[in-house]
Parts: sequence; C-alpha cells; structure tokens
Amino acid sequence: MTLDINKHHLIPKHSKLSDAEKGKFLDSYKIDIKSLPKILIEDPAIVNLKPTAGDVIKIERESKTAGITIYYRAVING
Amino acid sequence: MDRQVHKKISHIDFGVFSPKQIMDLASAKIVTPELYDREGYSVDGGLMDIRLGVIDPGLRCKTCGQKLKECPGHFGYIELARPTIHIKFVRQILDLLKSTCKYCARVLIPENNIKRYLGVFEKVGAEEGFEARRRKIKEVVSKYKLKEKCPHCDKKQEKIKLDKPYNYYETEIRLSPIEVRARLEKIEEEDLAIFGYSKSFRPEWMILTVLQIPPVTMRPSITLESGERSEDDLTHKLGDIVRINQRLFENINAGAPEVIIEDLWDLLQYHVTTFFDNAVSQLPPARHRGGQVLKTLAARIKSKEGRLRHNLAGKRTDFSARTVISPDPFIDLNEVGVPKSMSMNLTVPERVTVWNIEYLKRFVQNGPKKYPGANYIVKPDGKRKSITAETQEEILEELEEGYMVERHLIDGDIALFNRQPSLHRMSMMCHLVKVLPGKTFRLNPAVCNPYNADFDGDEMNLHVPQNEEARAEARILMLVDTQIISPRYGLSVVGCIQDAITGNYLLTKELVLKRSEAIDLLYSCGVDDFSGLPNKEKIDGKEVFSVLLPKDFSYVGKDKSGNDVKIVNGQLKSGYMDKANLGQESGLMLRNVYEKYGPAYTADLLGKISKLGIAVLARRGFSIGISDMDLPLETKNEIKDIIQKSEDEANHFIDNFNSGKLESLPGRSLDETLEVSILGALNRARNKAGDIAMKQVQNSAATTLVRCGARGNPLNIAQMTAIVGQQALRGKRIDHGFTGRTLSYFSKNDLSPKARGFVKNNFKSGLTPSEFFFGAMTGRDALMDTALRTPKSGYLYRRLSNAMQDLKIDYDDTVRDASGKIIQFSYGEDCLDVSKTKNGVIDVTGIIHDVVGGGK
Repeated sequence: MTLDINKHHLIPKHSKLSDAEKGKFLDSYKIDIKSLPKILIEDPAIVNLKPTAGDVIKIERESKTAGITIYYRAVING
Repeated sequence: MDRQVHKKISHIDFGVFSPKQIMDLASAKIVTPELYDREGYSVDGGLMDIRLGVIDPGLRCKTCGQKLKECPGHFGYIELARPTIHIKFVRQILDLLKSTCKYCARVLIPENNIKRYLGVFEKVGAEEGFEARRRKIKEVVSKYKLKEKCPHCDKKQEKIKLDKPYNYYETEIRLSPIEVRARLEKIEEEDLAIFGYSKSFRPEWMILTVLQIPPVTMRPSITLESGERSEDDLTHKLGDIVRINQRLFENINAGAPEVIIEDLWDLLQYHVTTFFDNAVSQLPPARHRGGQVLKTLAARIKSKEGRLRHNLAGKRTDFSARTVISPDPFIDLNEVGVPKSMSMNLTVPERVTVWNIEYLKRFVQNGPKKYPGANYIVKPDGKRKSITAETQEEILEELEEGYMVERHLIDGDIALFNRQPSLHRMSMMCHLVKVLPGKTFRLNPAVCNPYNADFDGDEMNLHVPQNEEARAEARILMLVDTQIISPRYGLSVVGCIQDAITGNYLLTKELVLKRSEAIDLLYSCGVDDFSGLPNKEKIDGKEVFSVLLPKDFSYVGKDKSGNDVKIVNGQLKSGYMDKANLGQESGLMLRNVYEKYGPAYTADLLGKISKLGIAVLARRGFSIGISDMDLPLETKNEIKDIIQKSEDEANHFIDNFNSGKLESLPGRSLDETLEVSILGALNRARNKAGDIAMKQVQNSAATTLVRCGARGNPLNIAQMTAIVGQQALRGKRIDHGFTGRTLSYFSKNDLSPKARGFVKNNFKSGLTPSEFFFGAMTGRDALMDTALRTPKSGYLYRRLSNAMQDLKIDYDDTVRDASGKIIQFSYGEDCLDVSKTKNGVIDVTGIIHDVVGGGK
C-alpha cells in the first residue's frame, strides 16, 4: 500500500486542463506554452493524472491573503 | 547636429581575422621600430605612423582627413618573418591537432558518425540553446582525441602533447608553428563543423603570419613637462615585436645558421605572446626598464581595474558630491543642507531667455568666487567659456538668448540624495537644496529611517540633475514627499523620532499652557494662523496640537498603551500622541492624512508636528538621571524576596536532582528537566521583579521615554532598577569555560543559579565580578552574531534583488520577466499594491464610511 500524497493537507489540488480549456487558457493570457512555469512529468503530485509533456496543470492553492488562488504549470519531460 | 540613424542589430559575429582581412583593413604597413625622426615627426612605416590616426591636436589624419577626437584611428599590420602561435588559441589548436589525422588531416571520427553528431549538435542547439550545444561539442571532441588509428586512412596516430605555454610536441619531436599551420591548413571544411567552427573560418588563422597593429588612438603617447615623449605600454611592446621581426628577416635573408634563427623566432614568439597577455603563468612578464610590468591587451580588459568592470559596468559622474551627514531638525523634511563651498562647485545650467536675462546676469556678475555666482557659460554652438575676472566683462556683453549659464546651486534647486547600500527605492530620494554654512550635508532626522542613516560618521552622496526633464522626473517621482508611504507594508516610513515623540506625548498628555505660550510654541514650528486656538486663557496641550491638524480630519485609533485615540474634525478629543501614531513604520494616522490630503501636505504636517514636539520638550525641559532608577525600600525588599524565593526554588530542584528525587518531564532527560525547571523559576522571578519595578518608577522621565515609545523598553528599565536576570548562550544557561564549572571561582559541578550565569543584581546597584563576566560572555556572543550575520544577509538580499530585478506586473495582473515568461498569475496572489493599502489591508469599512458618510 502506498500513501496518496494528494490527500496530504500540504499538497494543493492539482488537475489537468482539457485541450479546449488549455487553448482558452493560453488565449486568455496571450502566451504560448513555453512562457508558463514548469512542472516535471514525474512530479509525485501529478503522476496519477497521467500527464504528457505539453499539458497544463491547474493548481488550486490556499492563500493567506486571497482565499484560493490558481496557478498553472506546463508539464515537461525531465 | 548629426542625423539619427535607426537600425536594429540583428546579430554580432565574433571571429578571427584572416591574414588577407588584416591586410585589407590596414591603412599602413609597419616596417621600422623607429617612432620619430630627428625633427620629432612620426616616421612613415613606424609605429606612430600618421596613417594610423592622430593624437596631436591640430594635425589631420592622413587616412581619413579628420581631426583629433573625430578620427577613430586606423589599424596597421606587420608581416611576421615566421608564423607565431596566438597564445589565446593554444587550447583550440591542441584540440584540432589531437583530433585530426597526422596524414590525411581528417577528423578521427568514422564517416557515418560525423553526420550523426552534426545532427545531434543541431538538435541540442535548437532545443537547449547555445551553451548546451557547446558542451555537447566538447564532449564529442574529447571522446575522439585519443584515437590511435585514423578511421579514414588506417594510419597510426602519434601522441600530441602541449608543453606550456605554446610548444607542441609529437612524441618528443617539437612541431614548429610552420608545421602546425600546415596541418591546420589541410583540415577540411566539413570536418571543422564537428568542432563547432563556422564555414567562414579557417583554423590556420589562429597561427599568426601577419599581426594587426592597433591604431595610435588606443595607445596615445603623453608629452611630459620636459617636452619628452612617453610612449604607451602597447607601443613599447609593439616596438619590441617590430625590432625582433626585422632582425629575424635580416638573419633569414643573410642565411644565418638555423640555431640563431630558432632563437630569434622564439624571442618573436615571446614578444607576440606578451603583447596579447603579459600574465601567462609559464612566461616571465615583460617589464619596463624600471622593472614595472607592462600592461598589455589582456590586462586592459581583465579584472576590477579592467575596461569591463571599471569603465563599462562602473562609471563616475559629474555634478555629484559626497560628505558626512549631520542632523538639522529645523530644515524641512524634503530639504537637504548643502555646504556653501560645495554649492559653488556644483552648478545648474540655465538657458538664457528674454525673461531671465537680467536675473542670470547677476550670477555672471558675481563670477565663480562670489556666491551666488556662475562658473561657465555655454554658447549656442556648444563652446564653453570659463568666467574669470578677465572674461567677465566680455561675457556680460555677449550674453544673449540661447546661451546657457552654469550657475551655482541655490536654495530650491533639485538634487538626488543617496546612501549606500541602496537596498530599496527610498535609498535614493529627491530633496530640495538649502545652502548652509559648514562642511556637512544636513538632513532632517525624520528621514534617517528610509536611508537607514545615523550621524556617527555616515557619508551620503548628492547628485544634481542637469536638465529640465531630469529635474521634473526627479521631483515628480522621487521627491521625499512622494516616498512617505512604503511599498513594503503600506505605512509611513518617516515619522517623529525620540524627542519629537516625547514632546508631543507630554503636550497631549499633561501640559496646560497660557495663551501666549501656546502661540509662541505654534509660531516656532511655522504656524502663523492662530484662529484654531480656543478663545481662552488656559489652553490644553491637546488643543495646541489640534491646531496643526486639518479641520476636516477625523481619525480613530489606539495609542501605544492601548487607549483610544480620537480625532474629530481636526480636534484631538482623547488619547495621547505617542509612537503608535506619530512614529515611523507604525500607525494609520499619517497614512490617513496622506491618503486624504496628499504627499506635500503630509510632509509639511509631519515637519510641523516634529518641530512642535521638539519645541515643547525644549521649553518644558526634560532630563533623566540615576535617581529615576530609585526604588522605595519596601519595593527593594519585595524584589529581593522574590529573587531569594526563586533561588531557593532552583536550589530545591538541584537538591532533588542530586538525591535522585527529581522526576523528569515528558520527552526530556533528567538533566534537561533540571535545566528547564531552573530556567523557568529564574525567568519567572525576573519578570515578576521587573513588573514591580516598572510600577514603582511610574513617573520618572525614564519611564516616560519608554511609555511613549521614544526610546527603550520595559526590560531595560527592569534591568537597571530591579534585576539583570539570567544570561543565556544558545538558549541555555552558561555551562562552559573550565571542566565542570564556568569559572575557577566556583566549585566543580556547581549547578546553582549564581554559578551558571544568573545575575541577581541590577545595573544601578552594580554587578559582582563573576556576574559581570557572564554579562560580557553574552555581550560578546551577540556582537559576534551580528558581525557574522550582516554580510550574509546582505549577500542574500543582493542575490534576491538581482534575480527579481526585471520582473514586472502586466496589465492583466500577471508578473512576468523580461522575456515574457509568467512568474505569477496574479501579483502576490491578491493583486494588491501594498503602497495603496493600509498596512497591507484595504479598509473597507473606512471607505464605506467615507462614501456614505455619517452613521456607523
């Protein structure tokens, strides 16, 4: 039995954007995938999402000042 | 003057000149080491040939026809009698020799692999950039260096060794530069790509057959007072090269023996090498006759004094000044006192117009020696004229519209004031000049905080902007007034300090003044409208203070001791003005004034409040003394009892420990339990004693300072009046020094409070020698700690600010770096500009209250 780290209270919620969402997201910021912060494909927090390089991961973090804040990362190969 | 040409640089190539390029570029061929003939003119074909540029005023360049400063200088060349190796390419040449075949000159990589590697380089270069491609090339090249057989012609390869600095050996036989060059010549273009060289480059160019002579403009000679010429180090070195080169030519032509030619060749190689770099570790550096080392090309670029760090990365500026700072609470917050002697050297250019010509003439009339005068005028054609007793009359005559007068600094001029380290934007602010006697810069002590300055010998820099645009920019963006609210925490960085706080505290707390006194007080801090004073003979301090406040200002807050402070319509109704409201980095009062009445008003108000406080304190009188620390006898005894009890308690723990009766606390060993218990008992005693003492010295001047936050804290008072307390090193009682004891004065394994750094005396009664020593131990520890931490945190901050320096917030609230990469999706997660908040939060109720007005 392995521990599911996503259930740990310090790990924020990670989810994968669908292709449509991804297109809309990149459009709204007028950027291409290379300008995004990165996340390693084997990052333990996203392995169960089965990501491929180029996917965008949406991270919903708790924030002291803003309640919930959303961050995005592009998946890259190591 | 000159037309602006707008062009965009697409790329820059760095490369090596071919011999043909060197000759094509050159405007003179240098053949003789002589510099000047008997009349003192440059020799044609010499190193100072006038075709290489002009360095004497009045002469014209023979190549481009321009005068001094216009002519950029032109390169020349000399033909070397024998090829020499360029010292900076020794490594590259070695790599090429090692990885190519001795016979067929092909790379020692099998044909099919060459193609593959080229593809790999291309891919790495495109994906990971230039640096990664370079690394890959290095990796591949070093892999094939030691192949013993050529994969193309199947012949055996010899081992090539480099005998530093520049001799190549192939199994003990030396390869002359001629042979090396011959091998490099044979390497095919396609194979060069493996080494990362471009198609337009030939490796044999790294072995010099002609040497480029730098223009005279980059090695100017100086004429000494005696009329003698002193040449630049580079010219000296080039002279050596040309001389040896000539001798080598002559010897070769005369058919001299091979040994002599070899020797001369070596010498030529040495001179050419030191011309490029005079600090090659295996070679003795070339020296002047006096033994001074020559500064050649590499030394000009390298190191802290080199071109890059000294001239390009770091520059010096005109119209700046630096001196010691001292305080002057009577100048405004946004002023800076400039010594008169400085103001006569720092000048401001002012353009002459119909409207100010008479005004500017007065400066010219005063000349450079009488303040306020002028040092120079600048004619419309850009020519400068110095104002002296002789030229003064003439200048006054010719002065007309379009001229510039560089007049002395006068009151109200704009200047930038700065203190290093410039860690945040408030480290450099714009001040208005106030010319004062003396030799130091004066600044209002209230602005010390943003500069982090004090007056124990600190120096600061002053810069005077030289045109309207710069002055406007400085004034609008950088004036002290505009910097009052810190972008770090959204509160005022400047505020009243020490005496100003104490003064206002006493004024609003206990003073009742006669009407005349009140008026005198207010007038001394710059108020001349006394209509705000109530029409009665006895005036309360709060009412005097209220005169400064704007009539429609309301504020509710807390003072330092937690009481309510209430200002209703510009009248201080209740509460005392102390650090919590007037101090720097605290309180919303100044923040609210800033928001409602703007920067200039706030700065002015702060200046007035500060002056009022100082004036009150000066008139009332204020002093502290030893007697402030006096305690009544019964209090003294009470404190003694408390300390005695805690000591007994501690001793009881020790007895229990020794007899094995002490029970350990959960999670701790017996020793730890003892320490924790003792420490707890002693600290409780200290706090209790301190509280009692603080109550007893209620109304001394010292406690007034503490209570209003001007200086000191309750602990300081307690240490002076009651008990200094336990000294601790790294969170523990002092426990080292001798084996088993802290000092030889105590017996071994003595765990009693006094043997482990408990100081039961106070500073007024005086410490025993052992207590004093324990105090010195912790004092030294604290000193060491700060001395070691300051540079560390400074470097940490430097790295942080360098890493973040080009981040900016875009209009969509994203934080991006210079290349457009996103760092944050919403700035600081809450998109708040802290300098527009109040202490980091938006006061929603306050805003609603302001908008809706009235009822709560």
